Amino acid sequence: MNTYKKFIHIITSIILALAISACSKKSDPAPSFDESKLAPFSIEFDNIVGERTLVLDNVNNLYTNAKGEKFSISTLQYFISNVKLSTSTGETYTVNQDSSYFLIKGADRSTRFTKMRVPEGDYSKLTFTIGVDSLRSTMDISKRTGVLDPASGHAGMYWGWNSGYIFFKLEGNSPSISDDVNGDPTGNKKFRYHIGGFGGYSSPTINNVKTVTIDLTTAGVAKVRSDRQSNVHLFVDIMKVFNGSKAFSIAEHPSVMFSQFSTNVAQKLTEMFRHDHTEN
Amino acid sequence: MAVFVIACKKGSPIINEIEKFVGFQKPANFPEPVYNFANNPITKDGVVLGRTLFYDGRLSRDNTISCGSCHIQSSAFTQHGHDVSHGIDDRLGIRNSPPIMNLAWNKAFMWGGGIYDLDLQPFAPITAHEEMDESVENVMVKLRQTPKYADLFKKAFGSPDITTARFMKALSQFMLMCVSSNSKYDKVMRKENGASFTTDEMEGYAVFKNKCGTCHTEPLFTDGSFRNNGLGISTLNDKGLFDATLIETDKYKFKLPSLRNLKYTAPYMHDGRFLSLNGVLEHYNSEVITTQNLDPLLNGNRKGIALSATEKVKITAFLNTLNDEEFIKNPLLAEQ
Repeated sequence: MNTYKKFIHIITSIILALAISACSKKSDPAPSFDESKLAPFSIEFDNIVGERTLVLDNVNNLYTNAKGEKFSISTLQYFISNVKLSTSTGETYTVNQDSSYFLIKGADRSTRFTKMRVPEGDYSKLTFTIGVDSLRSTMDISKRTGVLDPASGHAGMYWGWNSGYIFFKLEGNSPSISDDVNGDPTGNKKFRYHIGGFGGYSSPTINNVKTVTIDLTTAGVAKVRSDRQSNVHLFVDIMKVFNGSKAFSIAEHPSVMFSQFSTNVAQKLTEMFRHDHTEN
Repeated sequence: MAVFVIACKKGSPIINEIEKFVGFQKPANFPEPVYNFANNPITKDGVVLGRTLFYDGRLSRDNTISCGSCHIQSSAFTQHGHDVSHGIDDRLGIRNSPPIMNLAWNKAFMWGGGIYDLDLQPFAPITAHEEMDESVENVMVKLRQTPKYADLFKKAFGSPDITTARFMKALSQFMLMCVSSNSKYDKVMRKENGASFTTDEMEGYAVFKNKCGTCHTEPLFTDGSFRNNGLGISTLNDKGLFDATLIETDKYKFKLPSLRNLKYTAPYMHDGRFLSLNGVLEHYNSEVITTQNLDPLLNGNRKGIALSATEKVKITAFLNTLNDEEFIKNPLLAEQ
């Protein structure tokens, strides 16, 4: 063979070899499922409002809901708890309940990362609860620690008069709210949604505890390994509280707390969450 | 001229009382308590801490209102003469102050329910706008700045750390010790020292059992249920239990109070509308109104409960045997 052709051959082989080695990523199979070997994992709750980022009290740049009402948000806080993960081969893991309560605060971006430890594995399904489950809600006060401490004054996520947690708190202002008794009589045009209700102690009451299940396969399975921090990045679209099916008007419902209508709002909470991507 | 000042040696009956502290004791004629003592064993130091907190105005925003402001021992831990209580800044509430009494046997707390664990009750008055208007977290900040509490918490719980759970459990320990079980009625029932009813009291007891005993069951003189006893609805339209449950059949139901210590706890009902027992008895006799969810026991062919003038006198004689002076005067429960 002439030298030139041989040279091309070698170059091509080298290029091919490089190309092949570059394309085939190390296959990184999931390690065997072992509940005694826990690794870092987090779910990121990234709050947004429709097509826009969440900025609190943006009075000069208001959001608009499906009913055409303009509004700003002053407070956003919600509990996430009882996280459960499943692999595509059927192994499931429930995060230790005592460590599974998180309070996401719109005013503190650092709270958007819920960090926990789970077995190494490739997880394709994620389930969590919005709020605080009924079992914890009736436990002895010594089991209410950390974000569950009912005394946490600034968070204000506990009803003293009707023992139980506020699962989802959304407050803000809207020019569409009237100043009379049907709106906000203080004249501040403020809306307040304090959604709670775990079903009651001895006699049943409303139950607004909601669970959310997310399929991670489309936007990225979570590959949890001990040498990494796998992070499932969710967008939490607050606009979905107002919009979509059964959209409601802020002006007609400026204050929703422990009431029958709160079940309508609670149902919309599950619509807020979508999986954008996973960082492995 | 020399002036001799004789310093009175302050007697120490209170210290003596603490020395003989025997913990929570179930009276022989009472049923088993429902409070979970295993999660909060009563100790002498726990009670002392709880008592100190109970009478401490720091639990309110401007440090003027303590639990003891509306729960006064001489009125069996109610607020004598007040139909509804006033709290901070003279704000008026909408409900009558109920007695802190025999709470170890309560399954529910508050006139309108909503609270079913004594350890969680104090959150309500502390955070209520018209009562103490404070946050529990801020109360604990103040307690940490008050030197005596470090030692009190250490004695009660083993270390000076002030946590939400310890704060609430200490209050519970004090409240649980507020047991009223030494009235004449109790002594008769337990056959102590030859105690016995007079003829009027005996007859009153019989009438009572017949006319009132289905709801006001012995020995607590309440069955702890929530009922609508036919009170006319006031302009406040207070719906009682409904606000905590949203169940339509709970509208206008209020927690049945105990009939112990009525001598000290007037006025009566959730809004204190009756200034006297006579007023209450006449209500049952002739003023019961059919509002939503009126209790079936009051909604028979003859509404209410027929009570003749004689029967009222006898019932009153019997109810007087439920007054427990030892409870009112118990130094263990007093403000120090």
